[in-house]
Amino acid sequence: MNLIEQAKRKVSGSNFLLMVTIVMFAIMYLAGILIYSRQGFGNMQTFMNMLIDNAGLIIVASGMTVVIITGGIDISVGSMVGLSCMMLAYMMEIKGMKASTAVGIVLLFGIVFGTVQGWLISYLKIQPFIVTLAGMFFARGLTAMISVDQIAILSNQNFLDMANKNIYLPFGAIVNKRGIKLFPFIHPSVVIALITLAVIWYVLKYTKFGRSVFAIGGSEQSAMLMGLNVRKVKMSAYVLNGFLSALGGFVFCLNTTSGFVEQARGFEMEAIASTVIGGTLLTGGVGTVVGSFFGVLIKAIIETYIRSNGTLSSWWNKIVLSLLLCFFIVLQSVFAALRRRRG
Amino acid sequence: MSDTLSLVKSKGRALVGQRLFLPLFALFLVLIVNVIKTPAFFNISIQNGVLYGYIIDIVNRSSELVILAVGMTLVIATGGIDISVGAVSALSAAVCVRLLGSSYDSYATPMVLAILAALTIGMICGAFNGLLVSKLRIQAMVATLILFTAGRGVAQLISAREIGGKMVPGQIIYVRMESFKGIGGFLPRVIVPTPVFIAAAVVLIFYLVLTRTALGLYIKTVGINSRAGRLVGINSTFIMFLGYVLCGLTASMAGVISSSRIYSSDANNIGLNMELDAILAVALGGNSMAGGKFSLAGSVIGAITIQALTTSLYAMGVTADQLPVYKAIVVVLIVSIQSEELKRWISARGGKKA
Amino acid sequence: MKETDMLTMRGIHKEFPGVKALSNVDFTLRKGEIHALMGENGAGKSTLIKVLTGVYPLDRGDIRVEGIEGAVINHSPEEAQKNGISTVYQEVNLCPNISVAENISLARQPLTKWGAVKWKKMNKTAEAALEAVGLKIDVTKTLGDYSVAIQQMVAIARAVDVQCKVLILDEPTSSLDDQEVKKLFEVMKSLKNQGVSIIFVTHFLEQVYEVCDAITVLRNGELVGRYDVAELPRVQLVAKMLGHEYDDLAQIRSQGGESLSGESRETILDARELTKAGSIRPFDLEIGKGEVIGLTGLLGSGRSELARLLFCADKPDRGELSFKGEAVRAHNPIDSLKRGMAFLPEDRKEEGIIGDLSVRENLIIALQARTGMFKLLPLSKQNELADKFIKILSIKTASAETPVSQLSGGNQQKVILGRWLITDPDFLILDEPTRGIDVGTKAEIQKLIVQLAREGMTIMFISSEIEEMLRTVDRLCVLCDRKKVGELKNENITQHNVMAAIAGGNQ
Repeated sequence: MNLIEQAKRKVSGSNFLLMVTIVMFAIMYLAGILIYSRQGFGNMQTFMNMLIDNAGLIIVASGMTVVIITGGIDISVGSMVGLSCMMLAYMMEIKGMKASTAVGIVLLFGIVFGTVQGWLISYLKIQPFIVTLAGMFFARGLTAMISVDQIAILSNQNFLDMANKNIYLPFGAIVNKRGIKLFPFIHPSVVIALITLAVIWYVLKYTKFGRSVFAIGGSEQSAMLMGLNVRKVKMSAYVLNGFLSALGGFVFCLNTTSGFVEQARGFEMEAIASTVIGGTLLTGGVGTVVGSFFGVLIKAIIETYIRSNGTLSSWWNKIVLSLLLCFFIVLQSVFAALRRRRG
Repeated sequence: MSDTLSLVKSKGRALVGQRLFLPLFALFLVLIVNVIKTPAFFNISIQNGVLYGYIIDIVNRSSELVILAVGMTLVIATGGIDISVGAVSALSAAVCVRLLGSSYDSYATPMVLAILAALTIGMICGAFNGLLVSKLRIQAMVATLILFTAGRGVAQLISAREIGGKMVPGQIIYVRMESFKGIGGFLPRVIVPTPVFIAAAVVLIFYLVLTRTALGLYIKTVGINSRAGRLVGINSTFIMFLGYVLCGLTASMAGVISSSRIYSSDANNIGLNMELDAILAVALGGNSMAGGKFSLAGSVIGAITIQALTTSLYAMGVTADQLPVYKAIVVVLIVSIQSEELKRWISARGGKKA
Repeated sequence: MKETDMLTMRGIHKEFPGVKALSNVDFTLRKGEIHALMGENGAGKSTLIKVLTGVYPLDRGDIRVEGIEGAVINHSPEEAQKNGISTVYQEVNLCPNISVAENISLARQPLTKWGAVKWKKMNKTAEAALEAVGLKIDVTKTLGDYSVAIQQMVAIARAVDVQCKVLILDEPTSSLDDQEVKKLFEVMKSLKNQGVSIIFVTHFLEQVYEVCDAITVLRNGELVGRYDVAELPRVQLVAKMLGHEYDDLAQIRSQGGESLSGESRETILDARELTKAGSIRPFDLEIGKGEVIGLTGLLGSGRSELARLLFCADKPDRGELSFKGEAVRAHNPIDSLKRGMAFLPEDRKEEGIIGDLSVRENLIIALQARTGMFKLLPLSKQNELADKFIKILSIKTASAETPVSQLSGGNQQKVILGRWLITDPDFLILDEPTRGIDVGTKAEIQKLIVQLAREGMTIMFISSEIEEMLRTVDRLCVLCDRKKVGELKNENITQHNVMAAIAGGNQ
């Protein structure tokens, strides 16, 4: 009985929460256009900049969505992003490696890292938060071991080309005051992010693995009794997330083109917040990456607001995002309580 | 002969099975390594009228961690976790220092009031965490992640100083009055560092409260089976809430001591990585991460062990940024050893061989 | 293994820490038969099934399945499924958050060669599978949106759809109504004709005689025997399930002496129109001082829910409750405790024992909670109480400091009982106090109930075993469909009347 009640509130809850998110995004975007029109908020490029700035986050939030749907959590992703940047910077600048080799190694490391975490969580049954908390400090410490100083990527031309290449879009052009038509552009990082998002959406919706992830989040016990290899699926989710956090790190690095110890600190919060704001339930079993994408956009809008405002310090970013996460988890919780009462 | 052997074995097993075996063994191990590397490790002398030596340094520096570990033990015992302690320390320190001000002549606010305000802020943060976890039933990890992220941001905003007629946040504010240094340093004519007294007092008070009232029993009950606890008349929600409030209180105490050590509030560095250390201390103390039974003594020994480890690693040239690598490995090892699955797996293996 | 056998289990042993769940059990399932697995709660039925399907590892024994060379040991339900053994469990073990179709084909979805799930084909397969059990519903809807009965049928459809040789139905009928049960039986018979062997676990005797071919009876983890249905009259089946202790138990009530009739008692508890949506419909109940009142009804009839409202473990939506003449306003267990109530919950593991705490701590915890957090009971007093009740209830434990989780089920139950007796309550609610514990302890608890009532304690006794109630209670409330449907007093309390009351409520 309890199971069913849970389910009921899960299902209707998620749709409602996703709706709230999308409506909220629309309102915030329109409000931005009205309030900050002088700063060019309404330009297509402003929107594209949000995507460019948050390409890494889109990828990491996608991975986080998968993990949270299984009913777990991974707070090591921020450190993994930082570590990936440092590894790339170190390998390319100090060791003079080719960009492709360096990226390959980073992605491989992400998989290994995810595998270890996944094994500890699914096979040794250690709580995900302990494992990934340790993972978070481990990766951050490893970053410091590679180099305590900032390494800027200046010499690897392939990498820099990829980072700075403008891909112009055939729509949404504005005409500047000298009468030149400016088309909005994105970077390759956005393309990688959107492809990843689409792939993860497909994986969750259409593959056996994806459906198993939902089943486990709904009821691990039932999934096991129905003949699912729960441990394998759970572990795979963390492996996938490890890979995606490394990929996210690479994309993040395309934006920053440098590695330093404090990089992407608090990124795990941004990923979790985006996911939760996007309607994925922390209790597992329900969620979509599309929602997480909107979550990322909401976070991006807040940042753009704070930047456009000009007088607020950047610490407000984290504070506001935390408050927003708080608001949404409270909303989820209240919603769950209401459902429970109705039965 | 074989009898004695088996006796030794069984005695050994009984010893290993003791709750405090793990923390004591770990402490012993760290100390041994240090003595071998530094023969003067245990030497204690009096210089400039205060105690001086490696051991004193470790005990002194471990004070904040000991205090934090006490709070963290309670939270973990109720089945939760609090990763915001480091940020709460920084926040409390910022509040305390901002209230004290940077004047050379007098405090902007009396010291007692400033400290009380800092402790209150800590408890409010704890209450916020507690509310989310106990009342709204949000996973402790995520609930405390909010302050973990936002706490330092708020601390930066509080650490504002007037520069050119405008309040600029994110400054390091220095306290210039001597008496403030006494909290993290030495009191006049006392040879033992003040933090040691504070830590000892905190441990003693918590120990007395937990054993002389039924609070300890209640916390264990809530951690083991909160539904059963509710039916026998224990207000599980309140007990969990209380755990977080107390944890917030200990975090703010640690924050005040830390800021006194450096006469300032550094929102970036006070309490940095302390959440890991505190959790590690609890785990090393032989406490289950899943909640339930706990040992305050274990956590205290765990905290001192970790400080000893930290000091030793510093001595070996490891930087503060790199330390977490080793600590993370230790955490994973400890929780793996505790893992029921691993035990089952090993016993299954042993069974096959036999 | 004979030609006609589908599955044989020989010398099955299974032990849990402190409990011997199965010892030397044999079980034979023939091809195309419906085989009832019977036994009281705690007899080992579920354990036997879980060992067979790989949920629990097997300690010792030999399992063989037709068509498979050598011994079969399933390490997981997945493996069992591959070996042709599917199970439908008592509680719906499906995932409520995904669609009906997905639940039916989880772990074996139709895939394209690119590895994508073919949703349309999957939905069609699901519709076909459901049609086979006579169900026509929208399979794309989320499972959690449907009633428990439908979910149960979906679970059966799933099990059948996994081309299985052996289908295990573990108490599948407890949440189904008569119509649905009939439908299920038709499905079972048609499966049988297709050559599927079915293991049917149930506690409804009528159902066994309606649909089964053979019966295996377990008692206390041991095999009593295997019988053909035609050769075993009901009375004997009951006797075999209950064992020889049956007669001992019958004595209890006669020892209890005559009890006061309901009218002459002073009212201790009075409930008027008390209700909670989704758990129990409005009911009136008056309980006299020193009375033993029984609550009975089928699973899900609302008996536990009623008791929980009385103890204020749950908050009622409406209605009035008064205890000892005072209206109850605060709805918290601690307030009930202070009023002199006590409540032994149905789910011992989830709501009863506090596993890692010692027997002593488990015993005194309720009294401590009533005394208050700041007044810790002195250790000497705690020890005294613990020793006293360990003796009174003859709790088998190494010492008062042993963690309660190391005790056997029956002794754990005694500890919880002791926990409440220490508070010396005026009104004691016992929700299934004898479930899953050995027969000896069962008899002891029943005797205790009668004795406590004689000493003036008011007791509410809830059990699904009607016979147990007949022996102990003065008055019996019958519940059905979350409603109080009848009350029986003293001499009117007979098996027949109870059955009639439950059946009457069904109409």
